[in-house]
Amino acid sequence: MTQTMDRICRRGNLPLRILIATLVGLAVLFIGIPLAALLLRVPPALLLASLQDPVVLDALSLSLVTAGISTIIVIGFGTPIAYINARCQYPGKKIIDTITDLPVVLPPAVAGLALLMAFGHRGLVGQYLDLLGIEIAFTTIAVIMAQVFVASPFYIRQARTSFAGVSRVYEHAARTLGAGPLRTFFSITVPLAITGILSGAVMTFARALGEFGATIMFAGNLQGKTQTMPLAIYGALQGDMDASLALAVILVVISFAVIIVIKTLTEKEEADT
Amino acid sequence: MIDICVKKALRDFVLDVDIRVPENETLVLLGENGAGKSTILNLVAGLMTPDSGHIRIGTATFVDTAARTCIPVELRGTGYVFQDYALFPHMTVYENIAYGLRMQDVPRETIASRVRELAGPLGLLEVMYENVKYISGGQCQRVALLRALAVQPKILLLDEPFSALDVRTQGQMRQELKAILECAKIPSILVTHDLRDAIALGDQICLMEKGEVVLSGDVETILQEGKHPFIDRFYSREVT
Repeated sequence: MTQTMDRICRRGNLPLRILIATLVGLAVLFIGIPLAALLLRVPPALLLASLQDPVVLDALSLSLVTAGISTIIVIGFGTPIAYINARCQYPGKKIIDTITDLPVVLPPAVAGLALLMAFGHRGLVGQYLDLLGIEIAFTTIAVIMAQVFVASPFYIRQARTSFAGVSRVYEHAARTLGAGPLRTFFSITVPLAITGILSGAVMTFARALGEFGATIMFAGNLQGKTQTMPLAIYGALQGDMDASLALAVILVVISFAVIIVIKTLTEKEEADT
Repeated sequence: MIDICVKKALRDFVLDVDIRVPENETLVLLGENGAGKSTILNLVAGLMTPDSGHIRIGTATFVDTAARTCIPVELRGTGYVFQDYALFPHMTVYENIAYGLRMQDVPRETIASRVRELAGPLGLLEVMYENVKYISGGQCQRVALLRALAVQPKILLLDEPFSALDVRTQGQMRQELKAILECAKIPSILVTHDLRDAIALGDQICLMEKGEVVLSGDVETILQEGKHPFIDRFYSREVT
């Protein structure tokens, strides 16, 4: 009886169900078709051949190294900010929160221009660095700075949420058992927040790897020095389309890997709790 | 000797107590939820600081606002059994009990033998390498107690240690805890809203209401009818 009623009710919802299925199908096709078009244009032989191309190799190695360094830098300064903002109340907390979140909504081109105005040849800070013989703009350091600037909120936001989710009572228990604040942090808080911390770090790495706007403004497009993968895709588009496509496919693969890592981490955390 | 004389402004009232308990006795702080009992434990442990006053345990002064002394939490040497035990969920039973000893940089072999020595009599050896998420409520309580006792604390603090257990386990655990406290020979403070805990374990009992001690004494003194409605309610419940 209940099953029959279920079927009747479901039949009544049929138009709605068709509408939802159509919308979902369209959304999947909208994202799927361009990706498929890209992958179909790059047969494995072409991908392997492109890996011999110095433009592709330089861009790939530069991107991996700079995104890796940027992620480490973001974890280094982002972790204390995330923890303090998750745990403490202090004057100006909202301002710090807003400033650290700002790069998410700031157009990357604006970020690049701002970095140039600050650390460029005649920039606010750059003019003094110039006197000391330190040049930042249009160097590999500028690539890293641009990546750190745009990618840091992805880590800080995620880590802050994860730290806030760790009950203080565990930290209190550790303190009463003789652990100082730092040992408590590393032996209790970090392990309990590790899933979020890792997800944030992976997202930051992916965002740094895909950085384009701020990098081209602040670091330029010099092969082997500042030309990361997205810049090489853009550069090669005018000449060597194959290199451009190969790099794009590599980035698609990395993006897939990032999503899978994050999904696995999240599922693991849900299973644990 | 437990000597607690503190004032602390809380959200709804001012906690104002002056409690002294002789050497190695168990002090029970009794009262309804929100009377300020757990705050006293937090003040003793150093998780909160008093606005004024002092806390002395044995020969150690934990805090004395007049002398501007305040020992940090990790150096006080208190064993705290939290209300929901606060067992570290990413660790095994062994790692939980060993945590305090690890923080004191005790050699690994000494930790292993000490943990086994403690866990054996309470029947925890077979779950030693289980994650604490997969053990029973009674076992959680034992792990929390052993974790606190492993560091050989100057004082044991117990916050509603039986509230998460079913009634049958509660009775058994009261007896177990009484035996452990007698054996450990350290002062302890137990916070509870259940008069049965106070009767079973308390040498000195302080009934608290809105941050103040309204009735204090040993079990016999406290149990006299007509002294306070909280105690009388217990009698009427017993009759029904």
